[in-house]
Amino acid sequence: MICFALITLLFLDFTGTIHAWFGWLAKIQFLPALLALNVGVVIALLALTLLFGRVYCSVICPLGVFQDVISWIHGRRKKGRTRFTYSPALTWLRYGVFALFVILLIAGVHAAVALLAPYSAYGRIANAFFAPIYQWGNNLLALLAERADSYAFYSVDVWIKGGATLAVATVTLIVVVVLAWKNGRTYCNTICPVGTLLGTVARFSLWRPVIDTDKCKNCNLCARMCKASCIDSKNHSIDYSRCVACMNCLDNCKHDALHFRFAYGAKKANTQSTPDGDPTARRSFLSAIGLLASGAALKAQEELTKKRQYQVNRTQSYTDTRTMLPDPKTKVIQKVDGGFATIINKEIPDRATPIIPPGARGILHFTQHCTACQLCVSVCENHVLRPSTNLDRLMQPEMSYERGYCRPECVKCSEVCPTGAIKPITRADKSAIQIGHAVVIPHNCIVNVDNVECGNCERHCPTKAITMVPKDPNDPKSLKLPIVNEEKCIGCGACENLCPARPFSAIYVEGHERHREI
Amino acid sequence: MDKQHIQPINRRDFLKIVGVSSAATAPLLSGCSSKGATDVASIPQGEVPTDKMTYRTSPKGERISLLGYGCMRWPTLEEPDANGNVIDQEEVNRLVDYAIAHGVNYFDTSPVYVRGQSERATGIALAKYPRESYYLATKLSNFSEWSRENSIAMYKQSFENLQTDYFDYYLLHSIGNGGIETFRARYIDNHMIEYLMAEREAGRIRNLGWSFHGTKEVFDEVLAMHDTVHWDFVQIQMNYVDWRHATGRNVNADYLYAELQKRNIPAIIMEPILGGRLANVPEHVAIRLKQRKPQSSIGSWAFRFAGNPEGVLTVLSGMTYMEHLQDNIRTYSPLESLNEEELAFLEETAQLMMRYPTIPCNDCQYCMPCPYGIDIPGVLLHYNKCVNEGNVPKSSQDENYREARRAYLIGYDRSVPRLRQASHCTGCAECNKHCPQSIDIPQEMRRIDSFVEQLRQETL
Repeated sequence: MICFALITLLFLDFTGTIHAWFGWLAKIQFLPALLALNVGVVIALLALTLLFGRVYCSVICPLGVFQDVISWIHGRRKKGRTRFTYSPALTWLRYGVFALFVILLIAGVHAAVALLAPYSAYGRIANAFFAPIYQWGNNLLALLAERADSYAFYSVDVWIKGGATLAVATVTLIVVVVLAWKNGRTYCNTICPVGTLLGTVARFSLWRPVIDTDKCKNCNLCARMCKASCIDSKNHSIDYSRCVACMNCLDNCKHDALHFRFAYGAKKANTQSTPDGDPTARRSFLSAIGLLASGAALKAQEELTKKRQYQVNRTQSYTDTRTMLPDPKTKVIQKVDGGFATIINKEIPDRATPIIPPGARGILHFTQHCTACQLCVSVCENHVLRPSTNLDRLMQPEMSYERGYCRPECVKCSEVCPTGAIKPITRADKSAIQIGHAVVIPHNCIVNVDNVECGNCERHCPTKAITMVPKDPNDPKSLKLPIVNEEKCIGCGACENLCPARPFSAIYVEGHERHREI
Repeated sequence: MDKQHIQPINRRDFLKIVGVSSAATAPLLSGCSSKGATDVASIPQGEVPTDKMTYRTSPKGERISLLGYGCMRWPTLEEPDANGNVIDQEEVNRLVDYAIAHGVNYFDTSPVYVRGQSERATGIALAKYPRESYYLATKLSNFSEWSRENSIAMYKQSFENLQTDYFDYYLLHSIGNGGIETFRARYIDNHMIEYLMAEREAGRIRNLGWSFHGTKEVFDEVLAMHDTVHWDFVQIQMNYVDWRHATGRNVNADYLYAELQKRNIPAIIMEPILGGRLANVPEHVAIRLKQRKPQSSIGSWAFRFAGNPEGVLTVLSGMTYMEHLQDNIRTYSPLESLNEEELAFLEETAQLMMRYPTIPCNDCQYCMPCPYGIDIPGVLLHYNKCVNEGNVPKSSQDENYREARRAYLIGYDRSVPRLRQASHCTGCAECNKHCPQSIDIPQEMRRIDSFVEQLRQETL
């Protein structure tokens, strides 16, 4: 539950505070760890499962806990708690989905992989539905803070980052909520490929709930409490491949017939240790895991103090309601004082190659590793990252610069990425990674259109890749147009974002398939 | 915007000053609560006087209140109403009623103020009063198109907007901006000056004069026309800083005033408080003024200075808020003249203020709208505010660097939307020709932008 709350906070928090402490929670998720080739985590998770069953599913996986929350809400209603019944495993469906998943993973059909991966599915839900609520709440506090002349809160922009991804998140949310409301962990035990894999291992777990056939009175209470529908009380058997080690059955057995114990020892030897099998066992077991977690949190805190934190502020939500004056009745020509020129929103230029964040190395590496969990999208404070709508990379993040640009001091996406799709980089690394290059469109430039001086792109280029040169080579005093030295350009988009030409900038960034150091 | 006479100090500073001076300052705060006029009887300063206003008499015998209402900063609506009005007319009516009830009888507007809507709003608010009970001033603001036809059309439109058939005071607007060439083009070459003199003969203009922002040469040349034109008055920028320390290409006010005195031309004062910059002062200047006169607002010093010389006919203040209006009425009901020692004290204060690198923007909005959408006064005023509050760190080693950085950056985003911040300035310099304070706006935008970048990137 704590893990769940914290992971959700990872998607909500935009200040980076939570990430410094609990960013590791995203990195111990199974599929991200697998894709990051984080062998240690994968082995540890498999070992954990082999020892205690699918603890991962009931403690670490946020989608799993989310289903428990839904199920618990239903459980608070009359008879809701004991609404479950044993059902045989839908083995063909489970392994069918799993096999399909593995094939898709190897074949590189990333959208489908991202669709099924449980952590990513939850990430999309959190990003699409919980984050806006959290941010609106924050904006309310920011409004109050502003009234009180305090700088404790600042407001952030809330906007729909990708329609397709929102739709996928909505469907996932509905499916998961409906399944959890009716039958608890159906999703985990029939669809989730991670659940299937861990279930296969958990079948042989060393410690697990065992029914004491001598004491069992076949009251069936355990089966009615089992959200995984895996207890066949008539036959005194439990399907350990589906048991998510929630221990609800242990807590509720009135006849002391269920114990969490070593499965392969002599049964006699265990009779004496039966008292350990009471509900306290579950509590101490979970608290041991909690202890582990808090230890890790403390370590993260130390790292935090070492590393100076960024607290870059954010834009206010921006809507321009001030329009120009209506025509006066008389025909007097006058420049009046005050007011604002209307600013048209920028539109996304047509980019031949998508731009992906520095640290992603290249499109191939990126698409193979990203599970589209939207964590980077959630933390991108410059409003650059958003999920792709391109079918090949559906829901995987890509960059665009209408709302902001990839600022030199920010490396947040690389810090939070759990799958290694965006490798960690430093600010210094970032200033030398070329993710794309700027292209000038002279006919959009205000120097040509409005016949005025500009050079805002040159002024804001962090690598001095842009130079303003006279329009007329023979007249050094003529107005100047920008030229780009592609070798020096890193593709950060400062020029594109700050270009006064609207709705299409006079300079825009083309992505590069493979990033390189300059 | 709307900070002509800003609440002199923010609450936090205020509490500090209370500690320094005495608890007797408390009435100021209650006076500034927006409960309105009915509530002021309970405060020790007493009710805002209705019959003690100081009046000055013009050479023609007009009895004019020392406090004149500047109509450049009328309160505005959050967004324009269905008819495109940006001015909060109800609020304007309330302010005008209050001002007249307390003895104010001079109203100064222009066809370009408040996005061109000031004249109409002022006309509506004044319509219910007898025309002879107040004095009306407006201007020929033919900045962008100065052909004779357009200038006359603008002049005629003012009658309609202000619902009147004569102007008590009519001004050639902002002489000096663009130099003497622009002046000649706007009024001499198109023979508008003769036209306006004829209108004065006809009685539709009772007094003809001009407002001035510019260099000494232009002032001297236009003033020399007195012999032929006969200027009835001249409107100048005067306050205790500009008296001897004018910024940009502006001329010290002591010279301007002395030149007018030589010719017995009455002076009308604008920018007495520099758009609020003489009310919203650095903290230790605030303490200095408050210690001296704990019961008086910081801004009241500036108004006493501006109204002090006898040759001043009226002092214009663009009062957006009732509290400003009340405070200024108090200051001039009646005016308490400054003695030699107090004048020296204000000169010292001016010298102290000069040490602060604030940008001399008075939020007059002449530069607006910027064609590329920048909120120029917003950017400059936020910078000034942070200078005054000590939130413009020199380096990351500064003691309050973290707090100052946060205050600057978060405050910046709050006061100016990102798309209207300095980073979007193209440097086209369209604004520069409108600035009466001759601020090099694109250069200041670049300076502030690079400062903000240093804060954001933490490379200060």
